[in-house]
Amino acid sequence: MVVKIFTNFLKKIFFNLFRNNREIKLGFYGPPNAGKTSLANRICKDFTGEEIGSVSKIPHETRTVQFKEKVEIDYKGRKMVFKMVDTPGIATKIDYEDFLRYKVKKKEAKNRAKEATQGVIESIKWLDDMDMVVIVLDATENPYNQVNITIIGNLAARKIPVLIIANKIDLRRADIKKIEAAFPEYDVVGISAKYGKNLEEFYESIFKLAKKA
Amino acid sequence: MVKKKLGKMKGFSIQFLPYSEIRGLDISGRIKKILNIVLGNNILIIQGRLEAEEETRLIEDTMAMIGHVKDFKGIELAVISGNGNRSGGILYRIKRNIANTLVGGDLGAVTIVGPATIVKEIKKNPRKIELLLAG
Repeated sequence: MVVKIFTNFLKKIFFNLFRNNREIKLGFYGPPNAGKTSLANRICKDFTGEEIGSVSKIPHETRTVQFKEKVEIDYKGRKMVFKMVDTPGIATKIDYEDFLRYKVKKKEAKNRAKEATQGVIESIKWLDDMDMVVIVLDATENPYNQVNITIIGNLAARKIPVLIIANKIDLRRADIKKIEAAFPEYDVVGISAKYGKNLEEFYESIFKLAKKA
Repeated sequence: MVKKKLGKMKGFSIQFLPYSEIRGLDISGRIKKILNIVLGNNILIIQGRLEAEEETRLIEDTMAMIGHVKDFKGIELAVISGNGNRSGGILYRIKRNIANTLVGGDLGAVTIVGPATIVKEIKKNPRKIELLLAG
């Protein structure tokens, strides 16, 4: 009996050690320009001192999947190691003419559109590899966009834990309640990735979600 | 079907696809059928909804076509469902899944797919859906 208790105790310790050292693949998904890279940058900068990618007002700035490995998030004495996977925004349409409005030259705009279409395909292919996913939504936009519903539906079908982030809460038009109403089954955390607002609640939720991963 | 007259006026038509037309098709067949109709400048209204995996496949195939099919810029996609989106309580979902299995799909839903050159935006909220056409 004593031996059995002792064996179970050791097993538990080894399991927890293994779990804490395991690198959890954390994906950042969402529509273009929602702030996925801004949030990933904020986390990477806080815990590694380096950013993961560039951000821009022009949609589809991230056109290939970007990684940052072995990001150890150390929050209130708890530690977990993540592989951060920042993905291109998922869209159902891409028109190079939309980039011209941002004073991008025609040739560059066409190239950007081509890369963006490839990026969407790449993002979708990566869905299967994630341990957990943060869906980053722009809190000033309508959350009932079919792309959001499709991504979340896919993750639910794959039983991948999801946290929804309502980004840009620093803006007056931001409406977290609308996002909560659209996805009542999920935890929604309002943040401003740009200004680092409410990241404490974000980290708490990430640790909570990681237990399900 | 609203068809011909509207088609002549605006250069597009609206097609209705009963679920029975795609019920027997595999995922590739369904997506191919949908995209063929949309590429013909039609707004397609499908009885029922696609599976989550089919919706992503539709997005993937759409992206693969942009740049390869002349003037194709993608699609606008929306699903209206009497059951809301894919959420709800466990008991409710079990009941819904049983009902869907019996009829072969979520026939209480309607899926709208249109070419982005014609449908500028689909505005959707829980109570209504609006199609904004390109001017």
